[in-house]
This record gives sequence, C-alpha cells and structure tokens, in this order.
Amino acid sequence: MGPLIPNGIIGGGWDFVIALLLGIAFGFILEASGFSSSRNIAGVFYGYNFVVLRVFFTAVIVAMTGLLFFGYFGWIDLNKIFILPTYLAPMIFGSVVMGFGFLLGGFCPGTSYTAIAIGKLDALVFTVGLFLGIFIFGEAFPLFKDFYYSGYLGNVTLTDVTGIPPGWFAFAFTIIALASFWVTMLIEKKVRKNIKEYKF
Amino acid sequence: MNNNKQHYINPYLGGVLLGILVLLTVYITGRGLGASGAVKSAVVTTADVISPAHAEENAYYSKFISDDHSPMYTWLVFESLGIFFGGLLSGIIFGRVKKLRVERSPKITKKTRLIAALIGGILFGIGSQFGRGCSSGAALSGSATFALGGVIVMLLLFGTGYAIAWFFKKLWI
Repeated sequence: MGPLIPNGIIGGGWDFVIALLLGIAFGFILEASGFSSSRNIAGVFYGYNFVVLRVFFTAVIVAMTGLLFFGYFGWIDLNKIFILPTYLAPMIFGSVVMGFGFLLGGFCPGTSYTAIAIGKLDALVFTVGLFLGIFIFGEAFPLFKDFYYSGYLGNVTLTDVTGIPPGWFAFAFTIIALASFWVTMLIEKKVRKNIKEYKF
Repeated sequence: MNNNKQHYINPYLGGVLLGILVLLTVYITGRGLGASGAVKSAVVTTADVISPAHAEENAYYSKFISDDHSPMYTWLVFESLGIFFGGLLSGIIFGRVKKLRVERSPKITKKTRLIAALIGGILFGIGSQFGRGCSSGAALSGSATFALGGVIVMLLLFGTGYAIAWFFKKLWI
C-alpha cells in the first residue's frame, strides 16, 4: 500500500533515481504543452492563450479525484501523505509577490528550467533572478522572521478547516474547471481575432 | 519570431498526463512535485561554501544545512535536474532546441524583456519562500492534496496576475 517510500516498500536508496525520473516526466510534459514559452504562459492573463489554465486545472482534477479513488480502494494511506502547512499571512503575501513575478517574468520556476533547456535566454535570466531573490530573502530573514512564522494553522486540508468531505471539493472544483474551459474557449476566440503581436 | 507553427500536445492531454504524474509522485514518495526548492538549495549551498560561519548563524539557511550531506543532496535538486533534461528531451523531439534567443513581444526591446525577466525572477524567488512553495509545490501539488495553503497560493498567484495584467500589458501584447 502506498505511499511506497514512506511505507518502506521501495527502499530509501532509490529516492534520487526516482526524483530524476519523475522530474524528467515533469519537464517533458511542461515543455511539450508549450510552457517553455513565456508568451504562451502570459496569454492566460490577456485571453489570447489559455493553455496554462487548461493544463493546470485538468491536472488538479485528475490528481484530486485520483487520490480520492486511490484512498477509497485502499491503495494509498492518505494519512501518510504530506500536507503543505498553512501560514496564513505570509502565504497570502508570498502569493501576491509571486503573482507580480509571474506576470513580469512570464515563467514560474519549473517552466523556466525547461525553457533554458531549449535555449531561452530570458528564462536563464529569470532563474538567475530566482537565485538572487531567495538570496535576498535569506540575508534579510532576521528582519521578518516573526512574520514568516505567523498565522500558523498546521498541516491542514480544506476538510480540516470546513468539515466538508474532500469529495465535495473535488466535485466543485471539477464543475468550476469545466465551466472555465468553456468560457475561456469563447474568450480566446474573440481575443485572437484582434491580436496581431502574437502568432498562433 | 519563427514560432508561428509550433507542435504542442493537446493541453487537456498535457493536463491529464501531469495529473497522473502528480498522483504517481504522491503514490510513490508521499509528497508532490516541486521546483523552487532546488534554487533554494543552491542558495544555501553557495552561502555555506562562501562563508560557513555566516550561513550557520543565519536562522533561515541553517534550517537546511546538515552535517552529513551537502544541501544540494536533496530530492528536489535531483527532480529539478530531471525537469531540465525532460524539457530538453521534449525540445529535441519537437524540434524546439535552438541557439540562445530571447523571446519577447515585438513592442518591447530585448533589454526590456531581460530586465522584466530578472525582476520577475527575483520577486518569484522571494514570494516562493513566504508561500512555502511555488506553482508546482504549493499551487499544483498542494491543491491536489486538498491543502488549504495550496489553494490559497493557487488562487492568489493567478488572481494577482489578473489584477495587475492591465498595467503591464505592453510587456506581452
């Protein structure tokens, strides 16, 4: 029963081999979907290319419902999987800062690695920026240490916070995603008629 | 630009594959994918090499320094190396690996694009530390495992992008 490595079914020595293989698959999917181009990615904010929304939402739906089924069939012990901890205020702040970075840079960290691989200099500069940003953060850390650890709620899920079963969230998210696929298809058609700066 | 006829896979197919990959990753390792963590490891390693005393004194770097191995010897560093090679593989197969180039809107210069990319990277780097992860680790893997923090990052990261898109229109269209 999964998760395989935490349950000792696959030995810890395979960790890095598995990391490399999963990473290769991740990079391949990102590049093949068109995420090695910042202009494809930024299109989600201007309505001329919704590839980010399509790939991202589809992936979340598949992974969410998949996990529920894996749990239901007893293939994975959902109590043993890592839940990202929530630090309310710093996470809200961090996401807004990342939003600015996303719009200015046109990449997020994972996509920038694949763009470097195919020769995009802007992606290389973006990654240098990531390095500098984290370095600045690290050096200045004592100044905002208290804020960084503030608003801690623990490793909580939506269900822990609301009491609503996860299946309902997966269902609601699926409906929202399907509706957004349809609406953005219409928007994209309209916007593309009036844009000349970007070739499709 | 010569990218008017690109052969990308169907985005919904890409999404299904990515979802299966997240599922498989959680099934095998008990946690999701990530990306910004590798750069953090590189920063910590650099700080530790240049000035070990300073790095150990720093309350942030010291969290990631251990006596028995380098900070580079972590899961996310190997996974991120994989991301690079996976991107390269796809780029080779679909014929997109070419000489170094800058992709930009025709309305801005190369220099403007590179400055925006640098500032964007810096902000993304800072934000990812406060956010406990970036689009892969927090928004994608976090949301997929129903983590409250993951959903917050997903909504606000994209929400902020939409809120400010109009002001930076010239960078893209």
